[in-house]
Amino acid sequence: MTIKRTLMGSAAGFGIAAGLATAGLAQDTTTLTIATVNNGDMIRMQGLTSDFTEQHPNIELEWVTLEENVLRQRVTQDIATQGGQFDVMTIGVYEVPIWAEQGWLTPLDDLPEDYNTDDLLPSIREALSVDGQLYAAPFYGESAMVMYRTDLAEEAGVTIPDQPTWSDIKTAAEAMTNEDEGIYGICLRGKPGWGENMALISAMANSYGARWFDMDWQAQFDSEAWNEVLTDYLDLMNNYGPPGAAANGFNENLSLFQQGKCGMWIDATVAASFVTDPEDSQVADSVGFAQFPNKEGVDNHGNWLWIWTLAVPAGSQQSEAAQEFVAWATSQEYTNLVAENEGWRAAPPGTRTSLYENPEYQEAAPFAQMTLNSINAVDTTAPAEGEIPYTGAQYVAIPEFQGIGTAVGQTFSAALAGQMDAEQALQAAQQTTQREIDRAGYGSN
Amino acid sequence: MARAVTTKTKAINTAIAWTIAILIFFPILWTVLTSFKSEGTAIADPPVFLFFDWTLENYATVQERSSYFRHFMNSVVISVGSTIIGLAIGIPAAWAMAFVPGKQTKNVLMWMLSTKMLPPVGVLVPLYLIFRDWGLLDTRIGLIIVLTLINLPIIVWMLYTYFREIPNDILEAARMDGATLRSEVIYVLLPMAVPGIASTLLLNIILAWNEAFWTLNLTAANAAPLTAFIASYSSPEGLFYAKLSAASTMAIAPILIMGWFSQKQLVRGLTFGAVK
Repeated sequence: MTIKRTLMGSAAGFGIAAGLATAGLAQDTTTLTIATVNNGDMIRMQGLTSDFTEQHPNIELEWVTLEENVLRQRVTQDIATQGGQFDVMTIGVYEVPIWAEQGWLTPLDDLPEDYNTDDLLPSIREALSVDGQLYAAPFYGESAMVMYRTDLAEEAGVTIPDQPTWSDIKTAAEAMTNEDEGIYGICLRGKPGWGENMALISAMANSYGARWFDMDWQAQFDSEAWNEVLTDYLDLMNNYGPPGAAANGFNENLSLFQQGKCGMWIDATVAASFVTDPEDSQVADSVGFAQFPNKEGVDNHGNWLWIWTLAVPAGSQQSEAAQEFVAWATSQEYTNLVAENEGWRAAPPGTRTSLYENPEYQEAAPFAQMTLNSINAVDTTAPAEGEIPYTGAQYVAIPEFQGIGTAVGQTFSAALAGQMDAEQALQAAQQTTQREIDRAGYGSN
Repeated sequence: MARAVTTKTKAINTAIAWTIAILIFFPILWTVLTSFKSEGTAIADPPVFLFFDWTLENYATVQERSSYFRHFMNSVVISVGSTIIGLAIGIPAAWAMAFVPGKQTKNVLMWMLSTKMLPPVGVLVPLYLIFRDWGLLDTRIGLIIVLTLINLPIIVWMLYTYFREIPNDILEAARMDGATLRSEVIYVLLPMAVPGIASTLLLNIILAWNEAFWTLNLTAANAAPLTAFIASYSSPEGLFYAKLSAASTMAIAPILIMGWFSQKQLVRGLTFGAVK
């Protein structure tokens, strides 16, 4: 045998061995691609995944982090076309029932025994289940509440009860406003979008006894209740709100509140941990909390509920590994891990009863009880008063709502910017909504 | 004949030019400044311009959280790859249209341009399905193909405009001297059209580098370029302005530097043919 042949033989041998080794590795290692949204809790989870990969050395994680709206478009397109790009998707509570009914999600029936599904908050579990089957695991949940400056309230001589009415809010806003010092009584969302100003205005409508549709899918913007909602919203914002509020969303209001420019801010409960964080907030020591307001005589506190969940697309090739990851990320064990690393204040809120029963969490998070009360008050099966043909919360759980909600949101934002009055805005909203809902065929059956 | 320009007019013109330049550049400057602020300072009202505690914390966070190098390499491969393939197709096409035009040349040019008039989202789902079936989702080659096709009309149009400025007589003379088609294009046409080709190349690299619709929609983890890197730092709920600015600065720096060094070619190429 010549040297050349020997060398070639050895090279081939090595090649085959290396190939086999690689194939062996490829078989053993599963790579999960996880699509997620860019927010503080999700980023924290990415930083803690070594705990998961140490427990599961055969699973590798690839992250695709995107801005909320980009993510929504991206994962919807992938799941609707069965593109198979993601093994775990971060989706909102709005998508879960719609996608589950389409058969796009894998039912989470492979969760480990110690996952303790019964520990999930009842309203959260309800919102993520279809026919009693859980289709997505909650990563964190939020409702909405009033955050207010206790020092300003005291100075102005007003008290904000734990369960305020909209009249209480108006009185307090008037008393706290001091435009000379750049302090505005109330900050609310004005930026158009179904998840922006319409989240607030829909919740406000629920708490006024207004509804989006009646049982025949007729839009209800021509009702007296909606007239009161929009008129009061515009009055509050025009008289006691910050200038340019039609462009303010969550972040803008957060920044205003943190800099001491808002007397009250009604928004997602998750904001509580930001406004009480002494590192970023100038008013961290003087923030009080109250439940989302209601109109006198209406037993409805807005029914605002948002949950970021982890779900596994149907037909995923790696469903088992994906469910293992989902179970880890939404488990009690993960909450403990966050507390260990970053303190109890940073624990993902609003999903598990055990967290709210934990005295350490209660002490570290002064907003814990109000957050829990707000979430527990939510009923996603009957978000609005009166008979309604839909489920939902601060949104209507139908696929067309994103488009309709955004169109109506643009109209209301224009009214806030002074381009039309409440009556014109409601008329426009009525026409748009009815046209779209008829086109989608809801009223015809 | 050159017009006489008074010192006063000159001063006014200079001032106007500087004002416009600063206005155009200001958002980029603001992004760069914000990237050195803390999240709290980034949202301060009134905004702070220069006097704040400068920090590199955002860059460190971004570097720790995402793989900049992987996104950067994807951007380089996708933008350069699609531009080179585009030029390889565009040069012969533009040669044919400029020097041997047929009856339908004008119509073909207009038709090519018309493909740019369709909103991209209109073909998103069909293209996504094709990519899924051909296994091209989240691959660099898939994005190179798409970006080549998207930018091809611009490449052909730009090259066509430059080639038309080159006198046909020179090419004819080369032919008379016995040059083959290949030598005519390589040794006669291309050297004369270098400024035009260079500016087409640069402009298309910039366009492909900044393309954010297809690059976001057709990628996931493997082929995602810097546009996806930026998108991962934007958030409607939570404060990420300083980190977003740091990510944006890192993403635009390479293309800004490239643009800075090649501005002479870019301006020369873009104004080529403006004066006859």
